[in-house]
Amino acid sequence: MNLSLKDIRHNFGRFALTAVGIGLLLMVVMGMSGIYRGLVEDATLMVDRIGAHLWVVQKDTRGPFAEVSRITANTEDRLRSLPGVASSNSFVSHTIQREHEGKSLRMTIQGLAWPQDRGAWLPLVAGRAIEQSHFEMVADQSVGLLLGQSMRLGKDTYTVVGITRNMISSGGDGMAFLTQSDSQAIQYDVSGEATRLEREARKGRVEDADLGRTRPDTLGRAAGLSSGIPVLGPPPVSAVLVRLSPGADLDQVIGAISSWPDVSVYSQQQQRELLLTGNVDRSRRQIGLFRTLLVVVSTIIMALILYTLTLDKIHDIAVLKLMGARNSVIFGLILQQAVLLGAIGYAIAYVVGLWVFPRFPRRVIVVEEDLYMLAGVVAGISILASALGIWRAMKVQPNEVLA
Amino acid sequence: MVDALDNLAVEAVGLTKVYGSGNTEVQALRGVDLSLSRGEVIALLGPSGAGKSTLLGIIGLVNQPTAGSITMGGQTVVAEGRFTVDVRSFRRKYMGFVFQKANLIPFLTAVENVQIAMEINDQPPRTARRRAMELLEYLGVSDRASHYPSMLSGGQQQRVAVARSLANRPNLILADEPTAALDSVRGRQVMELFRKVAHEQQTGVIVVTHDHRALDAFDRTLEMEDGRVRGEVLTSPAAKRSLTPQGPGGKGGPETSAGPP
Ligand SMILES: Nc1ncnc2c1ncn2[C@@H]1O[C@H](COP(=O)(O)OP(=O)(O)OP(=O)(O)O)[C@@H](O)[C@H]1O
Ligand SMILES: [Mg+2]
Repeated sequence: MNLSLKDIRHNFGRFALTAVGIGLLLMVVMGMSGIYRGLVEDATLMVDRIGAHLWVVQKDTRGPFAEVSRITANTEDRLRSLPGVASSNSFVSHTIQREHEGKSLRMTIQGLAWPQDRGAWLPLVAGRAIEQSHFEMVADQSVGLLLGQSMRLGKDTYTVVGITRNMISSGGDGMAFLTQSDSQAIQYDVSGEATRLEREARKGRVEDADLGRTRPDTLGRAAGLSSGIPVLGPPPVSAVLVRLSPGADLDQVIGAISSWPDVSVYSQQQQRELLLTGNVDRSRRQIGLFRTLLVVVSTIIMALILYTLTLDKIHDIAVLKLMGARNSVIFGLILQQAVLLGAIGYAIAYVVGLWVFPRFPRRVIVVEEDLYMLAGVVAGISILASALGIWRAMKVQPNEVLA
Repeated sequence: MVDALDNLAVEAVGLTKVYGSGNTEVQALRGVDLSLSRGEVIALLGPSGAGKSTLLGIIGLVNQPTAGSITMGGQTVVAEGRFTVDVRSFRRKYMGFVFQKANLIPFLTAVENVQIAMEINDQPPRTARRRAMELLEYLGVSDRASHYPSMLSGGQQQRVAVARSLANRPNLILADEPTAALDSVRGRQVMELFRKVAHEQQTGVIVVTHDHRALDAFDRTLEMEDGRVRGEVLTSPAAKRSLTPQGPGGKGGPETSAGPP
């Protein structure tokens, strides 16, 4: 006869409630690990997915995720001429927040180096990659746009041709992929009135100067397109991504670029680390600490529940001792219930988690390693709590029944 | 372990028990000698606080005496106030307990409560189950076999407890006011049952009771007062007969009937 199962059968409702309680508690612990993983994964996702070997940024800055970095657009061409470099293209990325159909929409716009890069590497779940140089975009599910939907950004209207999953910027916003020129057009979009005012201001400044009076053609230029004025030039980029040709020596290329006076260079790994130690470092540590705290709290709560289960049976344990039951019978009664509660709680946490976590606004990533760790923790707690109960059960004297 | 040829179920010599120390010291037993033959049923009488429960607990190997020794079936189990055997193994093999309260395990049904006593004593579950049912039948509670204790009346619970105490065919049954929760008819029945079991299985039975009307069911009556046995009376005419040696084969002697206990 298995005493622990008999007890559970008799007090089933209570046992079930306890198991659900423990299960939900464990689910929170599981979720917290998942949130932590999600944060790290989201932060490094771009760096990993884009897969550039080198990130070239403004001298002495830490790259586009950490701070403002501006390098001239021609850096791209200069890099392409280096031996060992297979391709280089500008990294154009900025986050916008717009109203769309009455809802506030946030997304990080990422420029693709059209025509070499059409976003074929994106994890598409619907639609296709970009096929024309303008007015198409691939958006992440989390942005909230549907396939085929159009949206006005700046002066043009863009159509969603593809949908990705889990493409999140390090800030947690969904990403949208456009060709580089489109994305720069959106980034540097200025209203017509602003352009007119700007031209007027330029004209005024030139007219006030000697130069304007002595050389009327300068005046004409100042009042014209800004791209026609060499000193204003095309807008700068934040970083340039470099891919090496097969067999190229990474260190050698890094050495060559490092000698340039206007840029700094980071390997993919370094860029990743910069992200983790920079942007998300505090939130990462915050969640990490909170997770530890949760584990401690769950340990205490579970131990208390399991200990109380034993306390409730202490009189019955005394009766069993009086009848001459071996310690193994009493250990079994306590330990089996604790382990069973732990196991069922864990299963509930897992099943409910599977259903709940995908509904969270940001990604919750439950990896096998964390599952094993939590299983270990739960087993540890169950055994620890049983040890406490067993210690109490060993102390009870059978003569307590006689009283 | 227990010598079947030894005619004494229990022999206790010079038992004393002191609870606490200093100001709170209580002399619960002040040198009690007691011997109980196999097949003998004795009643323990006495005012409250006389030390009856204390004596029962010590003979039941639940409490250690402060001094004294106990022999059971020829084996020394307590010497100079110390246990000399594995008391739990001794209890599950050779003893049955009944108390004023039934002390059934609440999460086991009536039949399981009897069965567990045998399983603790290494009986296979199936055999244990069968005998448990027979015992319940014998005690007239078989129709409540699958009820939990909370659904049984006090008297029914007590009868299940009696069945449990008989489960392992013990050499010694210790009962502390077992009939307090029963009406006089049921109380009488339980006493008769003990008597029957004692005689059929050569079991020694000690019953603490306040019920003077039932004394004729006992072979002997011991009167306790203030930690001492004050007097001893032979009460039953059957006493002399049951005291005669029964020959080898203790359990299940010639008188054994087909019925369960
Ligand atoms: N655990 C204990 N600690 C201290 N004193 C105790 C303890 N158990 C019993 N006593 C004392 O020992 C004495 C004998 O108690 P015991 O329980 O044996 O009496 P009893 O004859 O069974 O009484 P009753 O008829 O009321 O059950 C009493 O004075 C009691 O107060
Ligand atoms: Mg008493």
